[in-house]
Formats: sequence, structure tokens, C-alpha cells
Amino acid sequence: MKTFGGPALFLDRNDINTDEIIPAKYLTENTKEDLKPFILEDLKLPGFDPAADAKGAKVIVTRSNFGCGSSREHAVWVFEVNDINVVIAESFARIFRQNMFNCGMLAIELPKKDIDAFFALGAGVTISVDMDKETLIVRGTKEFTCKFVLNSFDKDLVLAGGWLAYADKKY
Amino acid sequence: MGKTITEKIFAAHKRDVPSDNNVVLDIDVVMCHEITTPIAVNDLKARGMDRVFDPKKIKVVIDHVTPSKDTKTATQAKILRDWARRNNIKDFFDIGANGVCHALFPEKGFIRPGYTVIMGDSHTCTHGAFGAFAAGVGTTDLEVGILKGVCSFRLPETMKITITGNLGKGVYAKDVILRIIKELTVNGATDKVMEFRGPVVDGMSMEGRMTLCNMAIEAGATCGVCLPDRVTAEYLWPFIQDEYKDIEAAVEAFRKWHSDADARYVAEKTFDVSALVPQVTYGFKPDEVKDITDMVGTNIDQVYMGSCTNGRIEDLRAGAAILKGRKIADNVRAILSPATPKVYNQAMEEGLIKIYMEAGFCVTNPTCGACLGMSNGVLAPGEVCASTTNRNFNGRMGKGGMVHLMSPVSAAAAAVKGYIVDPREMM
Repeated sequence: MKTFGGPALFLDRNDINTDEIIPAKYLTENTKEDLKPFILEDLKLPGFDPAADAKGAKVIVTRSNFGCGSSREHAVWVFEVNDINVVIAESFARIFRQNMFNCGMLAIELPKKDIDAFFALGAGVTISVDMDKETLIVRGTKEFTCKFVLNSFDKDLVLAGGWLAYADKKY
Repeated sequence: MGKTITEKIFAAHKRDVPSDNNVVLDIDVVMCHEITTPIAVNDLKARGMDRVFDPKKIKVVIDHVTPSKDTKTATQAKILRDWARRNNIKDFFDIGANGVCHALFPEKGFIRPGYTVIMGDSHTCTHGAFGAFAAGVGTTDLEVGILKGVCSFRLPETMKITITGNLGKGVYAKDVILRIIKELTVNGATDKVMEFRGPVVDGMSMEGRMTLCNMAIEAGATCGVCLPDRVTAEYLWPFIQDEYKDIEAAVEAFRKWHSDADARYVAEKTFDVSALVPQVTYGFKPDEVKDITDMVGTNIDQVYMGSCTNGRIEDLRAGAAILKGRKIADNVRAILSPATPKVYNQAMEEGLIKIYMEAGFCVTNPTCGACLGMSNGVLAPGEVCASTTNRNFNGRMGKGGMVHLMSPVSAAAAAVKGYIVDPREMM
């Protein structure tokens, strides 16, 4: 199993779509690694510089309906090859959320008040994930913990290293 | 307690229940295109698992960038082509026979009521129009589908969307679904199935129902679905005539999939469309929708007609009725991509292609290209497109471009005027 957690990148908008995470013109790449430089390229947020700001991040914290639009798993892979394997949001689009678990990565849903508390910390936040206790340890200007709940099947996928490994064993 | 159509399909395809919230389904049709499949193919090869669960249940098309525009897209096409041959997949559609997946596969009779369908493409929900459960998935789900013929889903909740009244002049399925998405918002149906019911749906052709179901994903839905009826049976008749003694028998057999009267819905909404006017998007999300009367005069640079939403023969006929005897405006360039070779041929036989060309349209081969800004009509920064497609995301049809989604009739009218206009004035 992967280890989860690290410096957080905050994306402060609802409905960030997969075209913004990885534009369609890069869907002609035939390896995941080739997607690496184009992370969040078309995401327009005030003061946000995709390449510079994503560097070093291991966790994304964002708002609601993250990953809507196209089914492209490239949106998950571009995070994976940039070493980001946790996305924390108020809610996800179904296909993106499933793609995350299918790749053995974490899509964690939290209530708006928890997400607001994360955003209130400002820059320099680190988030560690305790999978056993289903708890996030948040370190910034303040330090606190936050419980999350995983669907048991989604957790099994993460523990198995993804859907292919799980399904190949079972079906 | 009764069941919805989706609950019946799930019950009939249940392979496993890995948790209280999830079910693993047997899949009847796994559809593949050259954008999301090659990485799955390469991965299966690398793992020494280069095989398919059943070549007859896998349908393959090259449609997103075709003919290939460069080495990378040619390589994607080649990976798919070689894989289909190697694995004895007969239903493979290459240049000359290819078209936009969600228009082509229904035309071939691949989708039947009660089927489960997946594809690495979010607009797979289109096929729910046939009374199927059809869902867009990512490449890993697709890969497992190819290898094992199964896919996992959370247990579906269904929203019942009843459409009543009478569609007025110049108002079509596209206007109805844009209005519904405006109301539900872009995540109002996430993890839900949108079941379209009521007299307006009953009166729609399969083309209209496909347009409705196609955009269910724009409200976040897993699938859109219509109950299979006589219209469905007549559309499918060439493919099912050996299975039923007559159309009536097929209609009767399809009835077993219908939602029960006492089925439970998570929400029920009714839309009376009698007063609905043509709809158009104004922002970068498909729920940012206005009456076209509030957008009249918005200048455009390009008109695009085609896609899995509105590239079928009815759409081309509706657009041609506006364009006949008219020319597109000097400030506009206009592109028509009939969604399949059959649509293209039929449009030629009916004289529609001539109407489009005489009006000043460029007619391209069937392809998804321009809709997602990959080829055949990409916008320059600052340009505006009146489009019959399904997404108006920022940069969708080209970085810095703006897309206004609308019906084929509204797009044809905009092409003639050079700006957004109420098409009813031209009918």
C-alpha cells in the first residue's frame, strides 16, 4: 500500500472539471509519466500558478463536485505521477472518485465545516493520513485531527492497490 | 416494494456484493475508443494479461481524432487497431466505417433494453435511452471490464424526472435537457440515475431520447434512462426481428424492465415544457443556462453542428430547415460533422448536405474532434462558438475559447445571423 499525506495544495473553487485538471490535447499521450508537466494547466484561480504551486504537494484540498466532466483517468494519473495521492473535498463527481480508488488512491469526502477549517489555516499546511483510524492529522498555524469515513469497498480497493489487483484475485 | 428499471437491471446482472453500498455487475457491452483504451491495452500487455473476456461483447471505434492528425494520435489508433485484430474483436470501426461512438453503436443495434454498458467516456449515459444501464467509467474500470466483464457501482438511487406539456415551435430535446440541468445544477444528480418519464418523452424519437440521456452526466448523473417502448422496438427491429414474432411481442417483452408503479425514488421532479423557449448556455458550466431571448445579439465566430448530443439525422434535418435558401453570415465559419457514415449518407440522399454546403458550411467526416478541442474546428483564444455539443467548460473547444451550447436549430439560426438569435423568428 502507498503511504498517504504531506504538504497540501488548496484549490478554492467548486466544480473543478477534468478538462481543467488535464486538458484534452494531452490525452494523446500513451504513458502516464508524459502527463506530468501539464498538471492543472487550464485551472484559472486568482494567483494560482499550476506548475509552481503543485510542486511538492502531496495532498489536494478543494471544495464540492471536484473532478466533474470527462471520464478521463488522466486526471487521476496526472496527480499520481506528481506524487499527489490524496484529494480531500466536500464532494466528488462519481467517475473521478471511482478512478481514484481504482488506482489505489484516496478521495476523502468531508463536511463543508471541516473543509472551511482547513482553508482557514492558510499556506504551509501538512496533512497526514492514518488509514487504520480513518483520521487526518492537520498541521499548520494550528494542529488538529479530523475523522473521515471510507466506504468499506473503497478501502479494500486502496488496500489491494487498486481495482485491477482486487478484481483479478476475486473474479 | 416495487423496483425501478435500474434496480431490475442491477438485480439481473449482480455478480457480487462486496459491501453494503456496492455491487459488482456483469457487463453486456464494453465499448472502447482510441483515447481512453490504449493505456489499458498497454497495461494489460505489460502484465501478461493481453486477453479479453468475450470478443463479441467488446465494441471498438476510432472516433475522437480521425483521420489521425499526428504521430501521437496515429499511434493511439494503431494500438487500438492491432489490439482488436489480435483479440479477434469483429465489431471494430475504422476510417470509412467509423463515427461518434454514442451515435454509431446504437445505430448498429448493440444496445438493448435491460443491458449493462460501460465505456471509458462520460457520455456513455446516452445509451440509457434504450432502457439500459449505461455508465461512463475510467480506464481502470474499462481495463477490468475488458479482462473480466465486470464493473463495480454504488447502489443507484433514482430521480424520476417527468416531462409534461407540449414542446413549442423551435424547442427540442436539447432545450429540455438544458432547462433540467439548469434546475438540478451540475452535481444535482451525482450518484443518481435520471429516469425520464412522461408524455413528452413518450412522444420523442430515439434520437431525442438519446439527446436527453446524453447530457444526464452534465447534472452529475451516473446514467439517464427511458423506459423501452414501441419507439425503442421499432428502432431496434432490424436487429431483433429473429427474436420476436412481431413488434408487439418485443414491446411486451420490454415491459418487464419498466419501473414498477410502487418503485421508490429519491426525488421526483416534473417539468412542464409548454412555455419553454429555446435555451442556451452563457458561462463555463452546463447549468449556466438562459432563455435564448436573453442572449440575442451575442456575436459568434464559429458554428459547430455534430457530436454525440446532436449529430444525428433529425438534428441535421432541423438545422437544414433553417439553412435552406440562406447563407451563413460573413463573420462566421460553420462546420457540420454528421455523427456517423449512415447519418452522412442519409443526409446526402435527402439533399441536406447540399443545403449545408450552399449555405457555406464545411462538412467534415464523422468525428468527436472539435467538441473537446482536439481537432477539426479548434477555437483561437477569444473566439466564440455556437455549438450543438454538450460541454461549455473553459477552454473545452480550444484554450481561451467560449462555447454556447444550444440546439441544432438555434445553431443554424446563429450561423445565418452571425450572432445568437431566437430561431423561432426564422421558422
